[in-house]
Amino acid sequence: MEKIICACGHSNPYGTKLCEKCGRPLTEEEKQNKVVDMRYDGMAIRSKTYNKSFVDKIWNFFSSVKVGISLIIITLIAASVGTLLPQEFYVKASDMEKGAYYADVYGTFGKIYYTLGLSDLYSSWWFQILVGMLAVSIIVASLDRGIPLYKSLKNQRVKRHESFMKRQRIVAEGQVSASAEETLDKVAQKMTEMKYSVRRDGSALLAEKGRFSRYGPYINHVGLIIFLGGVMLRLVPGFYVDESIWVREGETRAITGMEGYFIENRDFILETHDNTPQGEQVKQGVNVVAKNFQTDITLYKQPEDALPGDTENLEKVKDYSIRVNHPLKEDGFALYQMDYRLNELKQMNFELINKTTEKSLGKVEIDLTNPKKEYDLGNGSSVQILVYTPDFDGFENGEPQTKTSIPNNPAFLFKMTTPETPEGEVSFVEIMQPPLEPLGENKYRMKFASAEMRDMSGITVRKDSTIPILFVGGVIFMIGVAIGSYWNHRRLWLQVEPDGRVLMAAHVNKNMFSMKKDLDAVTTFAALPPYKDQLEKDEAGEESTTGGIKEKEGDNTL
Amino acid sequence: MSLIDLSGNLLFVAFIAYLVATLLFGGSIKQGNATGKNTGKWGKLAIVVTIIGFLSQLGYFITRWIYTGHAPVSNMFEFTTAFGMFIVGAFILIYFIYRLTALGLVALPVALLIIAYAAMFPKEVSPLVPSLQSHWLTIHVITAALGQSILAISAVAGLIYLLKVVDLTKPSKQRFWLEAVMYCLVVVVGFVAVTSTFSAMDYESSYNYVDKEGTTRKIIYNLPPVFGMNEYEVIEEHGMSPLVEMPALINAKKLTTVVWSLLVGSVLYLLIRLIARRRISAIFQPLVKRVNLQLLDEIGYRSVLIGFPVFSLGALIFAMIWAQIAWSRFWGWDPKEVWALITWLFYAAFLHLRLSKGWEGRKSAWLALIGFGIILFNLIAVNLILAGLHSYA
Repeated sequence: MEKIICACGHSNPYGTKLCEKCGRPLTEEEKQNKVVDMRYDGMAIRSKTYNKSFVDKIWNFFSSVKVGISLIIITLIAASVGTLLPQEFYVKASDMEKGAYYADVYGTFGKIYYTLGLSDLYSSWWFQILVGMLAVSIIVASLDRGIPLYKSLKNQRVKRHESFMKRQRIVAEGQVSASAEETLDKVAQKMTEMKYSVRRDGSALLAEKGRFSRYGPYINHVGLIIFLGGVMLRLVPGFYVDESIWVREGETRAITGMEGYFIENRDFILETHDNTPQGEQVKQGVNVVAKNFQTDITLYKQPEDALPGDTENLEKVKDYSIRVNHPLKEDGFALYQMDYRLNELKQMNFELINKTTEKSLGKVEIDLTNPKKEYDLGNGSSVQILVYTPDFDGFENGEPQTKTSIPNNPAFLFKMTTPETPEGEVSFVEIMQPPLEPLGENKYRMKFASAEMRDMSGITVRKDSTIPILFVGGVIFMIGVAIGSYWNHRRLWLQVEPDGRVLMAAHVNKNMFSMKKDLDAVTTFAALPPYKDQLEKDEAGEESTTGGIKEKEGDNTL
Repeated sequence: MSLIDLSGNLLFVAFIAYLVATLLFGGSIKQGNATGKNTGKWGKLAIVVTIIGFLSQLGYFITRWIYTGHAPVSNMFEFTTAFGMFIVGAFILIYFIYRLTALGLVALPVALLIIAYAAMFPKEVSPLVPSLQSHWLTIHVITAALGQSILAISAVAGLIYLLKVVDLTKPSKQRFWLEAVMYCLVVVVGFVAVTSTFSAMDYESSYNYVDKEGTTRKIIYNLPPVFGMNEYEVIEEHGMSPLVEMPALINAKKLTTVVWSLLVGSVLYLLIRLIARRRISAIFQPLVKRVNLQLLDEIGYRSVLIGFPVFSLGALIFAMIWAQIAWSRFWGWDPKEVWALITWLFYAAFLHLRLSKGWEGRKSAWLALIGFGIILFNLIAVNLILAGLHSYA
């Protein structure tokens, strides 16, 4: 592409709008404008310059701010659709029943919602592609504009051409009575006082402040990209572990996902607030408000050389009370108190008694998680467990069935042998039900004596090695947003001819209000001619409905 | 007087102060100078009264904090009241940058409406559930609310901007929507009026109903029931019986409240129209006639610039840190989280549109109003309609 040679002799790359050296407008469009477009300081922007090859077209698509904004809006609308009904992971139904659940609870709408996949919207391929496109747009647009802007701001000349100065939003022109050198000195003094850095070149002066704020948006975009990159790293095996385990009181078990570690649940504690229910609590029918969910645990580790599954010789790591908001952290993992189940049956105690005399032949203590096959009562009597169903759910083909392996509703098929009945008698025993005697009337029965309960803690095991990356991304983002928002880039150009003719121009990327305060101060101090805001409407005038907005150079950090 | 009573009284004083300050701001504009900028005595008095009100409300906040032992931002009443306070705080901040009295004329009534709305929720001190027992409750909620309040000031500036520039003599979309905004404000007044009237009468009707899981529950209405819950049965009824029974999916009690508010709001609106014989926007238009549009536009933009980083920090970053500690994951697509993200995306779009597409003036003002609408949606609708982990109220 051919270079553009400016009247000042400087050779500018193709696509430049304002001469890099003197600032003269180079395109017809800029020459027409009353106020030049100061976005990127008139540098050649790749996406605005080339549009031939396929790569150019892709580049231009993603670098377009219009496309970027459209992607933001589409993502925003899509995200809102996902909140209309609860997402699948908040629905308490098994994967198979989820479709039916939505149809049942939310009717036709729920059915459509589920069928369209909106009930799992945030993990859908199209939503993730949307976020991916947003990320690409952020990267491309930042490179497209950030690099030329950086170059241009770095290589600024002090002296600019009159046509550049006169096309700034703030312009002042006139005569000063003091000598040129004196005026320049005074302006330099005042601007330095206001923390501007001042450069001079003969009769020209450039005062500049807060240039770094122009880089704010690019810095925050870098932060966002690091953040999104961190989120994607989760897919890499080993970076992310998410498991949940149930641990019964008194039990020691391996921690799923946390190789070599074992957890012992010493005690689960549930505390409630001691308050009189009132207001909202009454309305929702909640009698007690939970105060604390806590599991006192001991964490063990296998010795280095132990075989997998070897639970002998565990080394104690530490005791800890896992509470909500106070997870246990160890070796990059965190263990969270997430759920609990109270009063699970742990042990049932029976007595073998003679039905008529009520005389007991001995006690049988059955550990419900690990029942023995046979209990010998010593005096020639014994009890055998033929069938044990932890969660009895009725008979099927004469066989007792269990719903789960959790002892919610234990039932037993006992074979009782006594000296009186050496053949043995069979009895089916279920909680709270009279025993069934399938093989005829028995002489003996198993009398329920007592039960022991225990609690269970639901612990979430989580490792997320991406968090440091996300944190760095978040911090960089915040720094970028803060410097882009709370600081602004102010520039003042001044040229004083030997005859006292003054030309002044000023630019600020945002917050003209504060810039004008600086301008007022310097104008008074150095007795400069009054400045004019070329975009200000007449005080009484309405805003112009057309045109006006377009030619506004406005605020242009992007 | 116990601490909690003192706290309640301080809030009441603040409310009255804001009311008086609104009138004073009105007076300062009537007294008027060319730009709506404060130079007169009225304006000075108005900002002094506003600051007294703010300090008084700060007193409410601190005394309640001491009494409950946690930052009073844990339920609908506490959070919404604090939101109102932060809006006044943000207004004071912006006022001292730009000295524009006209802002107070809109910012204070908005804060008043929000505090009045908050007062319709149960004010009892309730103990914290385990997941809320964290310093992050204070850090996250207060920063997020502060960010939202500063963003709200841009909507205040936007509304004044539109009140001045929208031509109310000719029918147009902008005229319609501007009046719709005014109507919404009146509906909030309607809600407050009807709720406090029946609450003063101690109105209660109670029913048994069957919820969507098929369990029988009891519900107490504090407004005469227009809609009945699914398969409701009367326990105790006063005044009227429900006109229509709703399916289990719809909370007929909340629907009743919405319909009552709309009804009373509409009646109020019609009364205002009948008495004033013009649109509400037209009533306010003369008051803002002299406001400097460029300054308003600048304030609208500046408050988004100030508020956006604060909001990002509080509503996203602090939120993620806390979620990681309490719920084991920093992000879980809970409705409240999603709507915070939507708010953030919206203001990001706002900034990009402004920076590169030159959306200033009217367009920017409308966007600021929509943004505030999203913030209110997240506060009201997400808590009360879309159930999730954040529905503590």
